[in-house]
Amino acid sequence: MVIYGVYIVSKSGGLIFNHDHNVPKYETEKTFSYPLDIKLIYQNKSIVVVFGQRDNINVGNVLLAVNGIAITNRQLDDGRDVFDVIENKENYPLNLKFGRPKMTTNEKIFLASMFYPLFAIASQLSPEPKSSGIEVLEADKFKLHCFQTLTGVKFMVVAERTQAGMEILLKKIYELYADYALKNPFYSLEMPIRCELFDTHLQALLDQVEKSGITNV
Amino acid sequence: MSRQGSKFDMKKVNSELVTLTYGTLVAQIVKDYENVDDVNRQLDRIGYNMGVRLIEDFLAKSGSGRCLDLRDTADKIQTAFHMYLGISVGIGGWSPAGDEFAITIDSNPLTDLVELPDELRTTLKYCGVLCGAIRGALEMVQLEVQCWISQDQLKGDANTELRVKFIRKLEDAVPAGED
Repeated sequence: MVIYGVYIVSKSGGLIFNHDHNVPKYETEKTFSYPLDIKLIYQNKSIVVVFGQRDNINVGNVLLAVNGIAITNRQLDDGRDVFDVIENKENYPLNLKFGRPKMTTNEKIFLASMFYPLFAIASQLSPEPKSSGIEVLEADKFKLHCFQTLTGVKFMVVAERTQAGMEILLKKIYELYADYALKNPFYSLEMPIRCELFDTHLQALLDQVEKSGITNV
Repeated sequence: MSRQGSKFDMKKVNSELVTLTYGTLVAQIVKDYENVDDVNRQLDRIGYNMGVRLIEDFLAKSGSGRCLDLRDTADKIQTAFHMYLGISVGIGGWSPAGDEFAITIDSNPLTDLVELPDELRTTLKYCGVLCGAIRGALEMVQLEVQCWISQDQLKGDANTELRVKFIRKLEDAVPAGED
């Protein structure tokens, strides 16, 4: 029973809330000797594995640290260029840490606003009249459940495929939103939700659902 | 009023608390503005802003679907009065076209302990906040309405009566997958 995250999209399509609940961390650290048998390239401001998958280091992973020193863009935090370090035989053995690239806030906003037209297209593509938009989007590793209120706010939960009762959870989150976000006099509509009470109650709800299932909520 | 257990079981407060708080608010606004029209406008605006937020609470807790005609809407407004003010209101006075109806309130908790001073008796719309709230809430579910007080206990009528008139459906604002 795992819930990966919760997203709320306003009626105009902007991401107003995002909560990463239980995102699995995939990080692998390994010591390499010269020459490096993994192909790395610099892409989108990070150093990505393009070929040579092994030992839990997968294609698409990014290089996070060299000898425990973190990386920003293609530079080590001590100022050296990562590729210079890797290509220099004298630096070996090298300890490299790889992991899944983390989504930045900007990327999340971008993806959330991309879901908005998909939802609308789904309802127009429908062969049957009066169809809703996407309610469940299923992939081999997760399921995205979406609930749109009558006022047009979308609530999305990304969870494990086997997780049941997500419709009820979405309605519960809607209630929390109505209670703790909208009744907060300092929250203005359509703006990102920064209400601590909402966060804590949501966290408690998700924990409870994961622990004891949806029926006890 | 916060969520507790089943959907209609909410924390209750004494209606006098509401009466008095609302009374303070109106008295303060009357003090702040010279002109009664401005006071009425402010009350309506406050109501509107409450309505656009309260509708989400109503939908989340009552689980009601979209209204397809105004009679539906009237029924739901009746439920809402029960939820938020704890009173039963009458629905009636339908226009022949079915686009206008009246909400009759026998005992209005907002006016329980209130009598209007002479200089405000004819002009102040004391319960204007209710009209604003109805308008704001319905606007969020894409219905544009006009709402006004047609009878007022504070002005010597037997009941308080609000009239709601349907103007149009806000087609552009209907979210995709809902039309």
